[in-house]
Amino acid sequence: MTTRVTLSHLDWLEAEAIHILREVAGQCENPALLFSGGKDSICLLRLAEKAFRPGKFPFPLLHIDTAHNYPEVIAFRDRRAAELGERLIVRSLEDSIARGTIVLKSPLESRNRFQSVTLLEAVEEFGFDCLIGGARRDEEKARAKERVFSFRDEFGQWDPKNQRPELWNLYNARVRKGEHMRAFPISNWTELDVWQYIAREGLELPSIYFTHKRQIVRKNGLLAPVTDLTPAKDGDVVEEIDVRFRTVGDIPCTAPVESTADTIDEIIAETASTAVSERGATRLDDQTSEASMEQRKKEGYF
Amino acid sequence: MAALERIQDHGLLRFLTCGSVDDGKSTLIGRLLFDTRTILTDTLAQIERTSQRRGLSAVDLSLLTDGLSAEREQGITIDVAYRYFSTGTRKYIIADAPGHEQYTRNMVTAASTADLAILLVDARKGLSVQTRRHAAVCHLLGIRHLVVAVNKMDLVEYDQAVFERIRADFQDFAAGLGLSDTTHDVTFVPMSALNGDMVVDRGEALAWYEGPTLLELLETAPGAHGDAAAKAEQFRFPIQWVCRPQASDDPELHDYRGFCGRIESGTVQVGDRILALPAWIETKVKAIHIGGQPLTSAVADQSVTLLLEDEIDLSRGDMLVKAGSNGSTASAANGDGAVPEVTKQLDAMVCWFAETPLDRSRKYTIRHTTRSTRAAVGEIAYKLDVNTLEQQGAEKLAMNDIARVSFRLAQPVFCDSYAKNRATGAFVIIDEATFDTVGAGMVV
Repeated sequence: MTTRVTLSHLDWLEAEAIHILREVAGQCENPALLFSGGKDSICLLRLAEKAFRPGKFPFPLLHIDTAHNYPEVIAFRDRRAAELGERLIVRSLEDSIARGTIVLKSPLESRNRFQSVTLLEAVEEFGFDCLIGGARRDEEKARAKERVFSFRDEFGQWDPKNQRPELWNLYNARVRKGEHMRAFPISNWTELDVWQYIAREGLELPSIYFTHKRQIVRKNGLLAPVTDLTPAKDGDVVEEIDVRFRTVGDIPCTAPVESTADTIDEIIAETASTAVSERGATRLDDQTSEASMEQRKKEGYF
Repeated sequence: MAALERIQDHGLLRFLTCGSVDDGKSTLIGRLLFDTRTILTDTLAQIERTSQRRGLSAVDLSLLTDGLSAEREQGITIDVAYRYFSTGTRKYIIADAPGHEQYTRNMVTAASTADLAILLVDARKGLSVQTRRHAAVCHLLGIRHLVVAVNKMDLVEYDQAVFERIRADFQDFAAGLGLSDTTHDVTFVPMSALNGDMVVDRGEALAWYEGPTLLELLETAPGAHGDAAAKAEQFRFPIQWVCRPQASDDPELHDYRGFCGRIESGTVQVGDRILALPAWIETKVKAIHIGGQPLTSAVADQSVTLLLEDEIDLSRGDMLVKAGSNGSTASAANGDGAVPEVTKQLDAMVCWFAETPLDRSRKYTIRHTTRSTRAAVGEIAYKLDVNTLEQQGAEKLAMNDIARVSFRLAQPVFCDSYAKNRATGAFVIIDEATFDTVGAGMVV
């Protein structure tokens, strides 16, 4: 019941994110919030509760399912949406593959970059004019320059050289039919801020964010999980070690880190002293080229 | 729990770095990130590889802030990039803006959200045309805290006389700009970003300098709404969204009507007498909520929901302010500044962003707080030469120009002068054909 003259950094970040969510609601006709069951979008749901309760969210939740997700995360996603009493729309890459709009070179190819195809199909199907995402500017160099409200043309493309100027907190979300905006309420958060917010708010996470035993193979300094989708190959040395995920995504391209942390506080302690960035430690597909994220974003990736 | 306690309760400071690659700006930001242990090993390995590939003998810290591939090819920063670091007592958001004249619009963008600006000066060259331009833009955008970072002291043998000369030059220039001691604070730090002297660590080479390091200045600088001038700010609450959950199963919520928004300035308490604009209806604050949790009061920057004593029909674009102290609500002229000006005329300093110049025969959309209205362009009083601050006659307003322009509005806005209030004194201009943001204005 007390208020300070100066807000703590988490209070400030929370207030900014709530403001952005309400701007989406106030300016857009038909937005959706991207919810994957991952920690960043879990924060978005709490922020949306703070922005709109006791009312309903003025948007549905949308998940683009690669069909290569960890079952714990999918179960969590469904349960969380049900607890909130909000509508969850799921569109699967399998449907795009069946339609022939995604053609895989091999069945086990990383599906990360194909998510944009299914996403844009969903945008068209529902006529969404804004997608709210949990991307953060600290994740990657190309993101550091992306606007909070980021314009996408009818091909879903981001043009980094032609972004709308964004001043003060005056956001411009106007688009034509077929175009849409991406809105990033936690643009200014770092990975540590996200963990601190999860701790402060007591947010529940899928179990794979905490330490568990898992079979892995060490590849280029990363831990590649051994799963039905990604079985060990001949010559691989399979080890079973204590790991946790710092980010959850498509199984073939998301690596866990070695950790025995089984509470949020232990994760925060690790994050505060960690030496490797979130994407560097966990993304098996981001190392190909320094500019690979920028390339994929131009193609409509989130 | 120890780790959590140690890193909790930072305030937050947003600052802007002004300067060019030549002044060592990217190196300075790299140094701040590096010496506060913000750079992680894989990021460092990546820039080490790039430095080697380019045949550099040492790691080039400036590579940390060059984001887009087009920029890496050209070797210059052409857009605003945002960087983050934290010291354990404070979180920082750096807006990194390009220095060249043709990118004035990017600097204006970066400055719009900054509480403090670092102006980089090359110790060998002293004040440049660019330094003056940056100071002028910072002043125009209402940044009250300036740090003049006299960099590359290593290249002038760490000579105190060089530093003192630049300080005196800048003070002369600042007086001409209208930066006074009562409204602005300007501090000077000699440094070598390359060697790390006086950025985070003091180093050995500048023993004659007894003032704070750059980081010490940042740690103690007042954040938004934190300085003496901010104390005079009035309560401004533009309504973003109205929460009406009448379809809810809970009968208690049937009459719930919450006005959602961010407190742009000032404070509010339960029981305060407030005035709704443009309805000119006075009522009281019944409750303040964040996510259903009650508060007794709330301060600037907080996003809250306000519940009012009386049932009033308000919507997005309306504004709640404190009722004037003399009790008269029908007139804005009660003199205490509690009520903003309600006007269909705007006179503003405008920075133009678009490649297509301002067309005085066209209508534009102006977005001011949460309110949008159509606007006709009136007179262009003068154009400002941002290098010399001279006022020049102008018919046209082209990209990167800054000019004083008047507008007639279809609907009234509730505004203060930008000098008094950055939130209610600011607006953006949207092209009705392209929907692009083509300009930004600051109410005079």
